[in-house]
Amino acid sequence: MVKVTVDGIVVDVPNGSSALQACEAAGKEIPRFCFHERLSVAGNCRMCLVQVVRAPKPVASCGFPVAEGMEILTDTEIVRKARRAVMEFLLINHPLDCPICDQGGECDLQDQAFGYGADHSRYQEAKRAVKDKYLGPLVKTVMTRCIQCTRCIRFATEIAGVPELGAVSRGETMEVTNYVEKALTSELSGNLIDICPVGALTSKPYAFTARPWELKRTDSIDVSDAVGANISLHVRGSAVLRAVPRVNDAVNEEWLADKGRFSVDGLKHRRLDRPWVRVHGKLQAVSWQDAFVAIGRRLDGVPGDRIGAIAGDLCDAESLLALKDLMTALGSPNVDCRQDGAEYDMSHRAYYTFGTTIAGIEDADALLIVGAIPRQEAPVLNARIRKRFLSAGRGGFPIGLIGAPTADPTYKAEVLGEGPDVMAALRDGTHPFAETLKAAKKPMIIVGHGALTRPDARAILASTWALAVEAGAIAAGWNGFNILHRAASRVAGLDLGLVPGKGGRSAAGMMSGGVDVLWLLGADEFHTAQIGPQTFVIYQGHHGDAAAARADVILPGATYAEKSGTYVNTEGRVQRSFRAVMPPGDAREDWRILRAFSEVVGHTLPYDTVEVLRERLATVNPVFRVIGGLDAVDVSALPGPAGGGAVSPAPFRPVFDDYYQTDPICRASPTMGECSRIYVHPRTVAAE
Amino acid sequence: MSAHSPIDQIEQPDSFAFDAESEEQIAAILAKYPPERKASGTLPLLYVVQKQMGRQTGSAWVPRVAMDEVARRLDVAPIRVYEVATFYLMFNTKPIGRYHLQVCTTTSCWLRGSDDVVAACKKATGIDGFGQSSADGLFTLTEVECLGACANAPILQIDDDFYEDMDGPRTIELIEALRRGERPTPGPTIDRLNSAPAGGRKTLADSPAEQG
Repeated sequence: MVKVTVDGIVVDVPNGSSALQACEAAGKEIPRFCFHERLSVAGNCRMCLVQVVRAPKPVASCGFPVAEGMEILTDTEIVRKARRAVMEFLLINHPLDCPICDQGGECDLQDQAFGYGADHSRYQEAKRAVKDKYLGPLVKTVMTRCIQCTRCIRFATEIAGVPELGAVSRGETMEVTNYVEKALTSELSGNLIDICPVGALTSKPYAFTARPWELKRTDSIDVSDAVGANISLHVRGSAVLRAVPRVNDAVNEEWLADKGRFSVDGLKHRRLDRPWVRVHGKLQAVSWQDAFVAIGRRLDGVPGDRIGAIAGDLCDAESLLALKDLMTALGSPNVDCRQDGAEYDMSHRAYYTFGTTIAGIEDADALLIVGAIPRQEAPVLNARIRKRFLSAGRGGFPIGLIGAPTADPTYKAEVLGEGPDVMAALRDGTHPFAETLKAAKKPMIIVGHGALTRPDARAILASTWALAVEAGAIAAGWNGFNILHRAASRVAGLDLGLVPGKGGRSAAGMMSGGVDVLWLLGADEFHTAQIGPQTFVIYQGHHGDAAAARADVILPGATYAEKSGTYVNTEGRVQRSFRAVMPPGDAREDWRILRAFSEVVGHTLPYDTVEVLRERLATVNPVFRVIGGLDAVDVSALPGPAGGGAVSPAPFRPVFDDYYQTDPICRASPTMGECSRIYVHPRTVAAE
Repeated sequence: MSAHSPIDQIEQPDSFAFDAESEEQIAAILAKYPPERKASGTLPLLYVVQKQMGRQTGSAWVPRVAMDEVARRLDVAPIRVYEVATFYLMFNTKPIGRYHLQVCTTTSCWLRGSDDVVAACKKATGIDGFGQSSADGLFTLTEVECLGACANAPILQIDDDFYEDMDGPRTIELIEALRRGERPTPGPTIDRLNSAPAGGRKTLADSPAEQG
């Protein structure tokens, strides 16, 4: 530790800290543009100038290392003058177009110009004009506003791992560009909008939509993947206008994947806003009461084991539990939250969660990924892997992949094989990567749903655990066994036991007439044609997607933005979101629908308020008592998941082909549709 | 207003491959750097590209496909090569004429008459401004900053050669010679050796060595 005096306040900061960090430790706010905590230091904006006693001139605090006994002055006439001069230089070429700039109201330059800007400009010459660049369908550019802080370049290169942005040319003619007119190929590109301190990079779908002071902010959780990124929904009136990340170092740091950020416009398209009942083959709008009566009438006389329920990927824990309780009350063991047919061993939570934790990735020193493509299944988590890869230095974090990636994983990774048969070679030590895993002190293994949705999932799971044990990934104080989920509701579903009970049918078993009445709670990710033609389908959900088209009764539910819900991310971290807007029309919160229906069929569920329901959640599984935190679990003595069957050598398949079209919300989103056309199906664009 | 026109306005070749001569140079260049630091070869490789383009097409410039090829050879992202190539004005990111006339107009040359050199270049080639090429495609005129040869101001650099102590008439003569396909010897165009005084030695005239 180094003792530094900042404006007379003595602070202790770690060796190697910058003067800026010392100032922050002393509670002094230092203006900055190019400096960003999570990016490398560039030191080119010069806004963070401070005075260091006995230094001949002001220093840029972001790149100036502290030394013992250093005295820093942040608020002297020299500092103020220097910053005012820097600001004047920045404003020479920055256009005065704040009234038509989307960054207005949340612009670092605007804010800091309040403190250090002059009231008029001395500049007579023509201002610089820069041609706008095309960065794809998500990021809008107004490059004349760029102050060349290079944050976006550093973000793309360091965090996103897609070095496609750069500063070409020099001096007055320097431009931030990708040089070739090409959309940024990153699932994290939306974060460029957040890190740009001015209005050069703004959100294309959100352009000219609202001003920040018009928006009501509600804390929420991203449900587009199983990372559970903490987000804030910005609402005006009844519309969710945008989603931006909240800082949570344990989960998403301050990043958010593009699907979570830009699919919010899907919340207002193709919504189910009233109950429907199919009469003589045609859907008819009805009242809630009529819809319930129609279901009740159909259920009359149907034995419990002929009723089934499948829960979808976006459900909150409350509605999952209400669904399960309803099915139990109806005497049905047929309930499943795994519409993709994935297999897990649920005898211990460590067998189906991301045990290392996301933050824990930064402690790992070797990684094996089995049947997962984190870049697409969990982009924010992938950024954490890349962060670890970079911080470990050359060769410090060897990464092996089983299953070929569909795109550059953004870090150096060795493809060990295409299918699970490589596992045997890793276990008996004939594969060279086995040595790497053994030599590592904290190796970690990630198993994805490319592996778990296969018929030989259980065998893969068991042999992966065995490999983890042999490699030292399962030890006291270190859990290197990880399941990477891709559905936001899955871990909660498993925690609450939404799997077939004794003699119950799985999701696949409910197809082809396996049940007479099928209740789909937001379940759309399977081929609805597989449902038997005689099966009576109740679709409870928020979007008119594939399953709603097949349904006999449609019950309009609420999206994640329209209810306060509890979600469990892939780590097993329980998080809670709050209601940002009301559900449209007659749509209701999902647990309330199930509760109301239970009364119609005479099996009233024992909760009238969400508090009572949450109490029941915690009773069913105590993990729901802790919100946000995650207790370390000692896994070293666990026997491992049960195996069974043989491993097939078939290559792993990606769990989805189109990152931008994985759930009903993003399929309803025009922005996601545009991304899909540009990124995933570029040929059809060219053909048009 | 940008010194480097947007990439889409330039007709770019479809492909670029190093020829045998370049490959030989590349092998020599890359041998200087440890394999994991071979990105250091960016600048020399871009020169190799520009030279090869000069040899092959008569226009020494660096097309985008060539930058991509350099990036591939050096295992860096293409944008890193674009950044370097556009930063240094010695790399031409758009096609130039067969002869690249680079007139220094910085203080020393300007005081010694670079304006005449510029005017002569324009007159002899028919070019009306910096950054342009002559109608016959033979010449491109560029204004450059100090070439570090102030003792021989004004300087006209043609491709890699310095023609020193220029004035208007000699510039025209030089350009006419180039047009005829000749390559006059680089160096001072007046009676002097390198930077030695014009017309012979001016100091130490009575030095013992001279007397002896």
